[in-house]
Amino acid sequence: MERLNPNSRRDQFGSKINRVHSPVLAYGVPWLTILLASLAPMLPLIASAPLFPPLGYLFLLAWRVLRPGILPMWAGLPLGFFDDLYSGQPLGSGILLFSLTMIVLDLIELRFPWRGFWQDWGVAAVCTVTYLILAAMFSGASLPWIKLPLILPQIVLAIMLFPVVAQIVALLDRLRLRRVKKIG
Amino acid sequence: MAPPSAQRSGSNKKAQLGRFAGYVFASLGATIGALLLIISLWRPETFYGLRSMATDAAAPVGEAGATGRVGSRSFFEAIAGYYDAGSRNAELERENEVARVRLAEMRALEQENERLKALLGLSEGEITPVATGRLIGSSAASTRRFGYLAAGRDQGVAVGMPVTSPMGLVGRILEAGSDTSRVLLLTDVESIVPVRRATDDVVAFAEGRADGSLRIRLINLGINPLEQGDIFVTSGAGGLFRPGVAVAVVTEITDDGAIGQLLSNPAATDFVIVEPIFEPEAIEAADAPLLSEQVAED
Repeated sequence: MERLNPNSRRDQFGSKINRVHSPVLAYGVPWLTILLASLAPMLPLIASAPLFPPLGYLFLLAWRVLRPGILPMWAGLPLGFFDDLYSGQPLGSGILLFSLTMIVLDLIELRFPWRGFWQDWGVAAVCTVTYLILAAMFSGASLPWIKLPLILPQIVLAIMLFPVVAQIVALLDRLRLRRVKKIG
Repeated sequence: MAPPSAQRSGSNKKAQLGRFAGYVFASLGATIGALLLIISLWRPETFYGLRSMATDAAAPVGEAGATGRVGSRSFFEAIAGYYDAGSRNAELERENEVARVRLAEMRALEQENERLKALLGLSEGEITPVATGRLIGSSAASTRRFGYLAAGRDQGVAVGMPVTSPMGLVGRILEAGSDTSRVLLLTDVESIVPVRRATDDVVAFAEGRADGSLRIRLINLGINPLEQGDIFVTSGAGGLFRPGVAVAVVTEITDDGAIGQLLSNPAATDFVIVEPIFEPEAIEAADAPLLSEQVAED
């Protein structure tokens, strides 16, 4: 009898013997990471200027761009709500902007089905800039237009951070599809 | 890479319907968000309870982090201390000399103050802090400047109370949850504090600019008497903050006042103190409708 290729029992997600993908992991990891990123304001970082990038939003963008279809279209409602609870924005601003982002990304995907790293980054950058400007306008503080350069450092930081977030999401995506032991 | 083909509905009726439903739900979410946003901009206090409950739930995370922040900072400061120990020592000794003289002057002033107060028959006790706690987080990604404090209603914190650190004023309580509360930091654009120059009675308002500095707006316009390095303290006007708490130091002179740097940087504070409202009667009186308005309602 010929020996089977030992690699045929494994793939990049682990051994195939008695192990399957877990639906909880496969669908739970994106939600969990976005929620955790939304908790960033609870980090021990007391900023006296808006500087910190909106991590929850960046993770949402990264997951949506890397794995379209994993987050349902209505995901903006619960995720935005959770983000609002901690971000300091008035309640509703996150729900509105997250939901609009889901729609816009779907439309962009219809228009440009072929994508690459630069296009993903470009789309994310445009979305982030729009998000930050709109969030500043919705913040409840009557900021005049002249004060808008205030959020420039934050915009630059958020755009530069997106590839890093996308890399983290790619790593988590492998964890998401890892095979776990089947019981029974 | 092209997206997975599952995104294409093609002629599959069920898939088409699913995509349509997706758009409907997403638009519904956006509409709900817009409605909530309008409500919370119109009546900001509507969802305070909900948010404080959420902050209460996440407080242990922040508490652990805040302990870490203080620890790591002192660790780095200890390392940095070795580099400039010599010059630092000389500088400190010089400062010590000056401080000793100042201390003597202060004692004299204090004595005189006591004598004058006794003359007037004023009795002023020490201010007993309502609660102490750590700042466990801030709205670092938002244009608003809020801090989260690890003390709430259970510790006696109420809305409006001033929050101070040993370095000066930090802000005031905006909403109080059971174990955490939200602090409106001085640098928020909605924060206005009545201040006066520490050396004389030049009165002004200190408004937040959302970028870590304060705008000091003089009440009496005319020749701008301010100079760089002037220290501003709370004036006690309005009855919310007690007088004499340090607020800002002037760094830049403008036409109608100055730009000041915050004296008590909330990022560098370990514990903050929640103080009682200075003159609660004055606040209540300001909130109560005027007699003429009451008559009109009847």
